[in-house]
Amino acid sequence: MREPRGGLWGGRGALLAAIPMLAIVAIPLIALAAGSSPSEIAAGARHPLFAPALWLSARTTVAALAVIVLAGTPLAWWLARASGRGVRAAELLVDLPVVIPPAVMGIALLQTFGPHGLLGPALASLGIHLPFTTSAVVAAQVVVSAPFYIQGAAAAFRRVDDDLLIVARTLGQSPLGAFFRVAVPLALPGMVAGAALSWARALGEFGATLFFAGNFTGSTQTMPLAIYTALESDTRVAVALALVLAAASVLLLVPLRTLPSLLSRRLDRPSRPLHAHSLPK
Amino acid sequence: MRWQVQVRARAGDFDLDAAVAGDGAPVVLIGPNGSGKTTLLRVVSGGHPPLAGRITIGGHVLYDSQAGVCLAPEERRIGYVPQGYGLFPHLSVLENVAFGLAAARPRPPRSHRRTAAAALLEEIDCAHLAARFPATLSGGEKQRVALARALLSEPDLLLLDEPLAALDAASRRDMRGYLAGHLAARDKPALVVTHDERDVRALEAPAVYAMEEGAIIQSGSPTDLAEHPASDFVREFFR
Repeated sequence: MREPRGGLWGGRGALLAAIPMLAIVAIPLIALAAGSSPSEIAAGARHPLFAPALWLSARTTVAALAVIVLAGTPLAWWLARASGRGVRAAELLVDLPVVIPPAVMGIALLQTFGPHGLLGPALASLGIHLPFTTSAVVAAQVVVSAPFYIQGAAAAFRRVDDDLLIVARTLGQSPLGAFFRVAVPLALPGMVAGAALSWARALGEFGATLFFAGNFTGSTQTMPLAIYTALESDTRVAVALALVLAAASVLLLVPLRTLPSLLSRRLDRPSRPLHAHSLPK
Repeated sequence: MRWQVQVRARAGDFDLDAAVAGDGAPVVLIGPNGSGKTTLLRVVSGGHPPLAGRITIGGHVLYDSQAGVCLAPEERRIGYVPQGYGLFPHLSVLENVAFGLAAARPRPPRSHRRTAAAALLEEIDCAHLAARFPATLSGGEKQRVALARALLSEPDLLLLDEPLAALDAASRRDMRGYLAGHLAARDKPALVVTHDERDVRALEAPAVYAMEEGAIIQSGSPTDLAEHPASDFVREFFR
């Protein structure tokens, strides 16, 4: 006999209760997709704002992701493996950018790197001016989207069995060897999922970028800022830009959903049942 | 080869304070769940930092809090097979076995490591498993591969944490004989945690240590413990 679809708790009642939220999420996306013809999208893609913004978004988000992974991985490892009050405080600190509005983070960055900021004058004396440059775009993206990677990687590192790391060490691996040959491969699905989330968040970054980097075509005007600018002059261009950004996000979402499970599939293949013939002789 | 462990360590809710020693023959460690047996093995392996004490194997000092000696796990020449066998799930059986060889200095070339690992798998009748991943192995197969991997680097002391606990009755019987044969043939010390009195007999362990709440409450020959049990747990174990 076949089990009814959805089992005991996922039946028609649950579906009915789920529909409102599903509609709230889906309808605007459908409206966006339906509200624009292919020729309008093509026209939007030829708009002078489009190419520089797309190229800038691609460059800055890749740079931001590189910074996040390189600097975030050691932090995630420490959060996962160390214990004590300091660790819990650091965890809280890492999560803060998620709950603090991006515009506030933009102001905070100005207060840090601005001409009258905490580090601004010192950096200026070295000839480094961060605000309203492409580097500022990257900095804003890093600060706002790093928590997603760090949380994902730390959760993945926490799931790595202590005993596997000890075994790796007794088999002769150095701490770094055990980290790269055991911890990282096992945590990779979680790290990739976290990195993809971070990337998606960086791609959509608006508030912190606008306040800290400004909105200059070619140097700080990323896709979301270009949409904002286009909206003031030509709604059709804004819609076309929005569609391209949505498409890029969907392209990110697919590997975001499939890659981690593909990576982890071989880690938890179901155990074969015990058979007498497979036993040691 | 004489080995001695005398350590204090924090272990969750209680303090571990234990002294265990042995020579060439396997020594058995028994005790209720959560009594600190696994922590003791981890302390010996170098995977759990002790508070104080001394660990020596055949005159080789692994840890000495007074002399300020604390060797890293990779310098201890210890073989550790944890509960659940500790096979790396992301590596094939062949790569798991070859893993230990990759850390030798100078590092042997990849082809040599694979040849040596394949030869070892052949020796333990597991050549057919080489390309498989741990999740697809039976418990008995995992245990044989894990044991082989631990022994390949010829450790001075072998630590086995409940090596037979996860097996069903039939494979446990087979594996018990296999384990006893291997440990006897090796003639090097081993410290084996078990919950089964039959393991003690099969391994012909001259010494059994009973641990409760982080402390060794009794030690001696299996006959001593069976005839004069110092606690309910020991009495129940040898019943």
